[in-house]
Amino acid sequence: MARITAGVGCSHVPAIGVAMDTGITDQPYWQPVFKGFEKSRDWMKAAKPDVIFLVYNDHCTVFDASCIPTFALGCAAEFHPADEGWGPRPVPVVRNHQKLASHIAQSLILDEFDITIMNEMEVDHGLTVPLSVMYGEIDKDGEWPALVIPLCVNVVQYPAPTGNRCFNLGRAVRRAIESFDEELNVVIFGTGGMSHQLQYKRAGLINAEWDKRFMDMLVNDPVAASQIPHVEYLREAGSEGVEMVMWHVMRGALDEQVTEVHRHYHVPASNTAVGHVILENRG
Amino acid sequence: MTMKKDYEDIPGTFVFDADRSREGYHLNQFCISLRQQANREAFNADEGAYLDRFPMTPEQRQAVLSRDWNGMLALGGNVYYTSKLAANDGINFQQLAGIMTGMGNEAYREMMVKGGRSIEGNRYKSEWGEE
Ligand SMILES: [Fe+2]
Repeated sequence: MARITAGVGCSHVPAIGVAMDTGITDQPYWQPVFKGFEKSRDWMKAAKPDVIFLVYNDHCTVFDASCIPTFALGCAAEFHPADEGWGPRPVPVVRNHQKLASHIAQSLILDEFDITIMNEMEVDHGLTVPLSVMYGEIDKDGEWPALVIPLCVNVVQYPAPTGNRCFNLGRAVRRAIESFDEELNVVIFGTGGMSHQLQYKRAGLINAEWDKRFMDMLVNDPVAASQIPHVEYLREAGSEGVEMVMWHVMRGALDEQVTEVHRHYHVPASNTAVGHVILENRG
Repeated sequence: MTMKKDYEDIPGTFVFDADRSREGYHLNQFCISLRQQANREAFNADEGAYLDRFPMTPEQRQAVLSRDWNGMLALGGNVYYTSKLAANDGINFQQLAGIMTGMGNEAYREMMVKGGRSIEGNRYKSEWGEE
């Protein structure tokens, strides 16, 4: 049986990818950002997931305004890094566990989550930056150590799915994965955030106190965390901070009681607060 | 019946909702088209001719031509789209924020390094003396 053993919450700031791709992670500006992922890379080596179920959002890269699915599940055999306007990131092609992905698609729809199925899709920094920070630099001709099933969530056009919906989707993802008949170690990633606003006159907003409270609540009182209304993210964590709803999918797929094995928080990476947790199921 | 928008009282912020998405559709589709190198070349060779392909309003078109970044947002643009135009111009997200806030690149960057813009005094339009 496939099992979800752990969850990872992680920001996916594009500038972090640029810093890795241009080899400037040792600079004083970037050093504290990456310091917090040293332990994570060791943890990944020990945890050795076969499959990563990766919840992220596209940033008007692959999806234009003509079609805006709330939840889109990547079912293609592979996903190439997209050109976001400055050339594709020099990282490996992302490979899927296609059988598990199509099993999840079927299971979710019968579980009344009407997701969109993507049989062709490129992926932007929202997906590749979390892989890079967790695994470290991997040459573009190399391979990611795990297969990856992408779940792409609309958080750009208001309203994003509610925290409650995301949390319940996480539960359904777990039911789907744990009904798959192959011995697989699956780790789920919820990405995005923390507080940031990229637009207009309030750009640059950071609310570290709120971010830390959010992480505490997500770990220890996940149902309450899933009830935070959109307007609170928008006001307290910035207009782009609403992408933190994606962390609830991750949390919903884990046990009620989890062990927090690592946490990292740093301001800033470009315009954004960087947040990161690793949570293990106890079972 | 109109849906009540509980997010309209946040200062210095455009929430990109379905109404804004509708208004900004062709502007945003123009911006995302610049993701492709061939389109960037065509646009940079003749901005006016390239913009003719997108039926945006005269105000939106003018905002693009004059690189009025806040104007584009006010007319239904979203920053993830307008950032594609900025990238074409060699402007990254942080530099764009320096322009949109009116702070300039240096002051904006320094604010971020010092922990970003505080939430205090920045939650409600009334705190900014706005409606
Ligand atoms: Fe994002």
